[in-house]
Amino acid sequence: MNGSPLGQALEWMADPARWTGPSGIPARMLEHLGYTALGVLVAALIAIPLGLLVGHTGRGKGIVVMAAGAARALPTLGLVTLFALLMGIGLTAPLLAFVVLAVPSLLAGAYSAVESADPATVDAARAQGMTEMQILTRVEIPLGLPLLIGGLRGATVQVVATVMLAAYVGNGGLGRYIFLGLGSQDYPQMIAGSVLVIALALVLDLLLLGVQRLTAPRGV
Amino acid sequence: MTIRSTRRSLLAAGGTAGVVLGAAACSSSDPFEEDTAQGGEEGTAPSDGGGAVGSSTLVIGSQAYYSNEIIAELFAQVLEAEGFTVERQFQIGQREVYVPELENGSLDVLPEYLGNLLQHYEPDAPSASPEEIHSALGEALPGALRVLDFAEASDQDSYTTTAAFAQEHSLTTIADLAGIPDLRIAANSEFEVRPYGPEGAKSIYGVDVTVVPVEDSGGPLTVQALTDGDVQLADIYTADPAIAANDLVVLEDPESMILPQNVVPLVTEKVDETAAAAIERVIEQLSADDLVAINQRSVEEQANSATIATDWLGEKGLV
Repeated sequence: MNGSPLGQALEWMADPARWTGPSGIPARMLEHLGYTALGVLVAALIAIPLGLLVGHTGRGKGIVVMAAGAARALPTLGLVTLFALLMGIGLTAPLLAFVVLAVPSLLAGAYSAVESADPATVDAARAQGMTEMQILTRVEIPLGLPLLIGGLRGATVQVVATVMLAAYVGNGGLGRYIFLGLGSQDYPQMIAGSVLVIALALVLDLLLLGVQRLTAPRGV
Repeated sequence: MTIRSTRRSLLAAGGTAGVVLGAAACSSSDPFEEDTAQGGEEGTAPSDGGGAVGSSTLVIGSQAYYSNEIIAELFAQVLEAEGFTVERQFQIGQREVYVPELENGSLDVLPEYLGNLLQHYEPDAPSASPEEIHSALGEALPGALRVLDFAEASDQDSYTTTAAFAQEHSLTTIADLAGIPDLRIAANSEFEVRPYGPEGAKSIYGVDVTVVPVEDSGGPLTVQALTDGDVQLADIYTADPAIAANDLVVLEDPESMILPQNVVPLVTEKVDETAAAAIERVIEQLSADDLVAINQRSVEEQANSATIATDWLGEKGLV
């Protein structure tokens, strides 16, 4: 491994001692995935119902699109710092910032999923006597599911790549390797942390891509 | 619809892979060289930019740290008062960037800190008194560079606590922490591996402490973790006005566990005796309280470094 930074990072990861204990790679990865899941879940609980509502009724779309666009422009490190100043160090502050990060993608996925249903199909469903709720759950969501999952996929990849910031305010996750490596000029450790984050992001992206394909409705 | 969305997601996946490959390509060319390229272009002279640099011009640099820039400005103004032409190259990033600039003569003067400067040349240098570090620097520095006298003012890591906690446990030095259970210190994560981190505290003072990593280098989040009671201790730089503002107590370090970081001018051979004497007049007057007061004006009034420097030099009768 010729001493290149990436080679040294792989050597760092290959050390069996790094794979055990509370600051070992498996523990840090689990923390990292846990924070990601929590952030995306909370964001989904907010954004998906709102997105479906907006997509189905067509009301408030302008405001939602604008708010989501504005939220995308917020720098997450700034939010982590701001929230931590307001509510102290710990998991709540970064978690809120990750929710803000994840909401726009989820929201866009949800309303574009509903919108993507052919108006003729929706009208046909309505003419058959379906209630609005039935139209949403039996027609619009099934037809738009790949788009909805696409939103989830975008949000997940963004959050998993950003969750390292949880370590900025006293939490765990793979960010611990990155900050410790950066601060102590231990670049192999820093790069190893980054490589692990990239690996998680790619794996989650591919998994959700698979889900996206499986949920595509037949015959459309 | 299906086909289109699949194709789009494939494109998206391709895009992601492209970004990753791009990043990997960057990291295979030496990423540590890039740092060196930064910095130099930033912050050129606010007063006499663009002038030709004659042999009598002294180029003064500063770190990208507001307090360091003010000290550099003090040196600059006192030299100008002495009749030197001064060029300012402030806000240069890290030591790895500006030390070579001094070594090759692109910079002539830069305010440094004793311990960090010594560790740049001797990474394993043990902690010692400021006098010992100063004389060690005399030997460690390359021929073209020397340090002038160091100031009383210092800006170093610390074990800092709240007035209430200090009173409750009658704390004056770090040694007094011995035996207090569940001590937590908010600090950057590298504190964990520093000689004055938990291991040093254990071996030198018999104190058990765990690090709660807060990565803002003793900034507002670290201070708040302490004042909120999330931690009992925090690593806050001793010249930080937040110490006085929040009624915090810096625990003394009688065994010199923490590397002293007194302000010390690092200069090249171009700095002659007249210039050195002028700079040392500033150093002589720069007490610990002065440095805190200077930083306070920057943090609280948002005053610029030139104004702060002019006012301070006037007060001390140095210009």
